[in-house]
Amino acid sequence: MKIAVCLKRVPDTTTKIVVGAGGKSIDEAGVKFVPNPYDEYAVEAAIALKEKAGAGETVVVSLGGDAAQETIRTALAMGIDRGVLLKGDGSADGLEVARVLAAELNGGGYDLILFGKMAVDDYHHAVGVMVGEILGLPVLSSVSALRVEGGTVGGEREIEGGVEVLAAALPAVVTTDKGVNTPRLPSLKGIMAAKKKPLEVKPVSLGAGTMVVTGLSLPPERQAGRIVGEGPDAAAVLAQLLRTEAKVI
Amino acid sequence: MAAILAVTEQRGGSLRKVSLEVVAAARQLADAMGATVDAVVCSSGPVEGVAALGNAGADQVRHASHETFTLYNPDGFAATIASVGGGYAAIVFAATAMGRDLAPRVAAKLGVGCATDVTGLGTEGGAVVVTRPVYAGKAIQQVRLTGATAVLSIRPNTFATGSAAKAGTLQPLAVPAFTARVTVTAVKAPAQASLDVTEAPIVVSGGRGLREPANFKLLEDLAAALGNAAVGASRAVVDAGWREHGAQVGQTGKTVAPSLYVAVGISGAIQHLAGMRTSKVIVAINKDKDAPIFKVADYGIVGDLFEVVPRLTAEVTKLRAE
Amino acid sequence: MSVASAASYAGVDFYQVDSLLTEEERAIRDTVRTWVEENLIPVIGDAYVTGKFPKQLIPGLAELGVLGANLPEEYGCAGLGNVAYGLIMQELERGDSGIRSFASVQGGLVMYPIYAFGSEEQKKYWLPRLAKAEEIGCFGLTEPDFGSNPGGMITTARETKDGWVLNGTKMWITNGSQATVAVVWAKTGAVDDQKSIRGFIVPTNSKGFTGKDQKGKLSLRASDTSELHLEDVHLPKDALLPKSGGLKSPLMCLTQARYGISWGTLGAAMACYDEAVRYSKNRVMFGKPIGATQIQQVRLADMLTEITKAQLLVLQLGRMKDAGTMTPQHVSLAKRNNCNIACDIAREARRLLGANGILAEYHSMRHMANLESVYTYEGTHDMHSLILGQDITGFGAF
Repeated sequence: MKIAVCLKRVPDTTTKIVVGAGGKSIDEAGVKFVPNPYDEYAVEAAIALKEKAGAGETVVVSLGGDAAQETIRTALAMGIDRGVLLKGDGSADGLEVARVLAAELNGGGYDLILFGKMAVDDYHHAVGVMVGEILGLPVLSSVSALRVEGGTVGGEREIEGGVEVLAAALPAVVTTDKGVNTPRLPSLKGIMAAKKKPLEVKPVSLGAGTMVVTGLSLPPERQAGRIVGEGPDAAAVLAQLLRTEAKVI
Repeated sequence: MAAILAVTEQRGGSLRKVSLEVVAAARQLADAMGATVDAVVCSSGPVEGVAALGNAGADQVRHASHETFTLYNPDGFAATIASVGGGYAAIVFAATAMGRDLAPRVAAKLGVGCATDVTGLGTEGGAVVVTRPVYAGKAIQQVRLTGATAVLSIRPNTFATGSAAKAGTLQPLAVPAFTARVTVTAVKAPAQASLDVTEAPIVVSGGRGLREPANFKLLEDLAAALGNAAVGASRAVVDAGWREHGAQVGQTGKTVAPSLYVAVGISGAIQHLAGMRTSKVIVAINKDKDAPIFKVADYGIVGDLFEVVPRLTAEVTKLRAE
Repeated sequence: MSVASAASYAGVDFYQVDSLLTEEERAIRDTVRTWVEENLIPVIGDAYVTGKFPKQLIPGLAELGVLGANLPEEYGCAGLGNVAYGLIMQELERGDSGIRSFASVQGGLVMYPIYAFGSEEQKKYWLPRLAKAEEIGCFGLTEPDFGSNPGGMITTARETKDGWVLNGTKMWITNGSQATVAVVWAKTGAVDDQKSIRGFIVPTNSKGFTGKDQKGKLSLRASDTSELHLEDVHLPKDALLPKSGGLKSPLMCLTQARYGISWGTLGAAMACYDEAVRYSKNRVMFGKPIGATQIQQVRLADMLTEITKAQLLVLQLGRMKDAGTMTPQHVSLAKRNNCNIACDIAREARRLLGANGILAEYHSMRHMANLESVYTYEGTHDMHSLILGQDITGFGAF
């Protein structure tokens, strides 16, 4: 079983966003970066599948600057076998990112290529699916349950008010959602072992793409609300306000 | 004349409500560009509700019928839409489970990028420009789409549906040959059958303040009284195994924007706020008057939820019966 | 979740101390921090109030690899440097002193003496099992009448033709009631012969061995503290730690544990400071956040200053330990200072939190109460003053 996981370095989800100079991206000063949480499900799935198969290789691929090496090391510490850093600037256009990743993955002999369903910075939900389309592979996106056996892959995706059951033959691309597993913490031994694992750096350059970020702003502050009252008697007042003032019931 | 394609959704032969929002958004864009709107629907038979698409703003409704289109067919839908998509100035999807899967497929086939979860759109110098929340809604990004076809998906419950009185003429759309690499073999009911939090116009969410899983019954009762409401949950209670992952609202769960969000026994950690702060009206019920949730709530009640919620359920039931 | 803990903990680093750490040290610190945030923080308030050690966390701690993490890999340990080990203690005690105590005892007071004074067979048998927490250890040195003066101990070990017989009572023994094995210190010679103190590996199911919890603690409530009784406990010859000899041996163990405490108390101080900062920004009184008042700003500035000094202190201590130049007196200074500032910071944080500060939902008062024990054990503040005094002047004043 040969499995690739694509991993993105993103600001920690608790980061307080400050718009940077230029007004198109965030101010990264003092921001802590972490592996994209959805990608951690993919990393866990890759490690668990290899453990179950008893043999194979797991590879983590990341696009980014030198700092992304630390993110790759986190995956290596969790148990991924080796890393590849595609060194270059990202793009607001997910298709450009997908093209670079697909070029690296193409011909790699992977049975499975895993992604998180989206990155928590740009919220695109796009790159994994696009890589599958470019490579002509089946794509099971946003799966919260995953099963690989006998050359096939099955998954479940939450849809509005239901669950879609998906099936395809390997090789395939899968993007993972919360619920698919619980990512392990790297062990301390794993962290020490990670620095000895291979990490290849390959320079890449991305195309211009068709999406141009023209601005980034903070959402308007909500107007301060009001306390309707204290205790159960306030419930009647609230119900009236929701009907007559807010007009939502 | 330029045209916009609105990709609608059906399930079980009925048009989904979000389709009207997609058409309304496409109409808004079309009016700004002086374009027409085509809606497309993929199914295996007649679809109930397509007649409403004209009123929502569709000049034409293109119906792609295929025997394998009963359930969502990722490769088939993508091939069909991409086969005509290049002729449109823009293709509008909904950022639903289907739209999130389908839009990037179509965009990749057309060789353009894809803007997901759009909350505002217009034109600027002939190009489509969109605004979309990023960093879990903690920032808003403005993006200009420069491809020959702009591919985007709109956030549900964001674009108002109106009355545009267009013809909505039904036309068949040929389904091209395609390879179904991945198939949807079934649609199951979720473990806790209920309205999805991302779709429901009203969401009632509970947190640790409920003390134990069985007490979510209070919220289910309130949701039933409000009607058309889903029950959501904070990360803490989902992690504790009280509720399904799919019900989690917040940064690592679902981002919701209902017209009414009721937070019960939720303190309002920043991760939770990120998932619901764009709701139109927020109500908070909490015993701690300093809870951060009150900072974002339009209406708050300080009190014991075990007393307040049953009273609210009774009051809502009374009002709605009037 | 309380107001103060509404967003996740990000540590304290005013002087860019992170830049002095290696990538692995940071990764180890962050991993343990995440573990504490996800596993310990949600349960610690209840564990403390009910007075129960959260033993369900032990397998996770072992899996993470924190037990004896600075001992070599050949014995199933992580083989970490001492700064990484210190950072682990810092993060564990940021959660609770009781949990850090558990790890300190297992690693510094049970695994370390077996590693330092044990035979190769003892090391190969016990260390991997202790690292995996298949065995839980405790350390029996202190006695009811011999605390700061352990050399006065009256527990005895008499040699017989096929082994040893131990008699005595040990007190204030962390992990004592749940341990499967105890490292017990006893005199093999006359009661005034400190040189005859030797260490023994005592399985707690040995006949004549009993451990019972000490009740009524108002500190370290989420940790087991026990009294051990040894009444004619017969042990085989190989229960003896062959390379142990004299009071120096258990004191070497204490140096290890005190090293960890120096880091750990810093973690508790950081937790209190973090809570105080958040609270000061959220709590509105007289129409403004209390953090906008001068009196709270002075409190916070004092806390941050002491934390920053303590951080630099333990970092250099760790680098000296790795270089082999650290002395017990160096450790005394750090243990003394960091326990002291942590006690002060916890108390000031609790005060800043007002009435809310007395609730278990917040962390500062729990830390405040815990730190009184940490201030006292492993050499009280006063004893470390005297150790330093002796080092400075050459005069013993005990």
